[in-house]
Amino acid sequence: MKYLANVTTLQYSLDKCTGCGRCVEVCPQRVFEMRDKRAAITDRDRCMECGACALNCEFGAITVNAGVGCAAAIINSMVTGGPPSCDCSNTSAGCCG
Amino acid sequence: MQMQTLKFVKKEVPAWTTGTIATPAGAVYRVSSEWTSADYRGMIKSRIGAFRMNYAVTPGLYAVGDPTKDSDVFVTANYKLTFDFLRRELKGMNAWILVLDTKSINVWCAAGKGTFGTDELIKRIAEAKLETVVGHRRIILPQLGAVGVNASTVQKNTGFRVSFGPVQARDIPAYVQAGHKKTEEMSTIRFSMLDRMVLTPMEINPAMKKFPWVAGGILVVFGLQPQGLLFQPAWSQGLPFLVLTLLAVLAGAFVTPVLLPFVPFRSFALKGWIVGVLSVFAATRYVELSTVRDTILLTVSYLLFPALSSYIALQFTGSTTFTGMSGVKKELKIGIPLYLGAASKSLILMIVFKLKEWRIV
Repeated sequence: MKYLANVTTLQYSLDKCTGCGRCVEVCPQRVFEMRDKRAAITDRDRCMECGACALNCEFGAITVNAGVGCAAAIINSMVTGGPPSCDCSNTSAGCCG
Repeated sequence: MQMQTLKFVKKEVPAWTTGTIATPAGAVYRVSSEWTSADYRGMIKSRIGAFRMNYAVTPGLYAVGDPTKDSDVFVTANYKLTFDFLRRELKGMNAWILVLDTKSINVWCAAGKGTFGTDELIKRIAEAKLETVVGHRRIILPQLGAVGVNASTVQKNTGFRVSFGPVQARDIPAYVQAGHKKTEEMSTIRFSMLDRMVLTPMEINPAMKKFPWVAGGILVVFGLQPQGLLFQPAWSQGLPFLVLTLLAVLAGAFVTPVLLPFVPFRSFALKGWIVGVLSVFAATRYVELSTVRDTILLTVSYLLFPALSSYIALQFTGSTTFTGMSGVKKELKIGIPLYLGAASKSLILMIVFKLKEWRIV
């Protein structure tokens, strides 16, 4: 299953990649694969902006505006002004179980 | 409150432990890999309601089997259900489990919040004196923990090299057997129909909590007559709308999530709207909700209920494994004005309907 096309904020610069393979190891959507000892993007539209790759890329080759793809969290952040977060501990939203 | 404290004290030695083992860092509980009926009950309760908010394991180090200095260390969250899945999958193995304090939240959500995070992991490794318990310097994290844990920072601070293991605990035995190698399957998050199905109670419950208010509103609108609030029109005209409201909730919170890949379009709002329209169509045409024959009421039905289904379906983005923030923001930006439009048009039409009913226009 894929979500909306052409919306992800994922950016990858090949020239900073050292080929360590962390991004391939952490991405749960197989956005990255190793090609010629460097990481390569397979399909950007599979990216769900979880941010695992950017956090674990030691060489700053990956950036993404990471956040939760959750309508309740985003509506909540629109109302309260904070960043969208999974902080549904005081509501009955369905994400954290 | 006092009762809860008492319960806690009584359960100080958790039922899922089988004694302790001695380590250089002190005694560590050995955990059972078997689930008792209490564990199954806990799983069901935590799938349905707020019970899961306090379904926790004390953070720290645990043992499975008879682990040695060479045994693997698996890191997990202190949400009891997560912990239960892990200990069950480690059956027959000798391993260590290091439980982080994630405030009884699962790995992925906790990683997103940062509680399953770099700092917490560094702190727990130090507190457990892990470097005295094992001779190697490897720890295995669930892959989805990578959202919150920076592996290189952990290594710099503790000396332990983080390996991100499989997404699912059930793949751990195969991962270990393969010499800590993941297949593509193991590192991809799946979202089967069953996965989606078990999440639907948490979609239906919050929506149904609001249902009595909506139902009351509908009955008042239809019952309101020049003579006062009458029961007969409230019931005869209101009932079809009550049924349509329930169907809209079902369409958005159950049918759309379960049939997700089979409903056209990638947008959740559109998916929910389509299922919503189909359910209004089916209900008004085939189930003979005969009172919805009035053109105005029929228009309101098609305006309001699919929009409700659409909105509820959009909430399911919070439970999926593939929706990103930018996409959901885009959907909301387009969707919210449309929802408000549908609601306000419905309101105007209902006023017109009432005025006509009272023969004012």
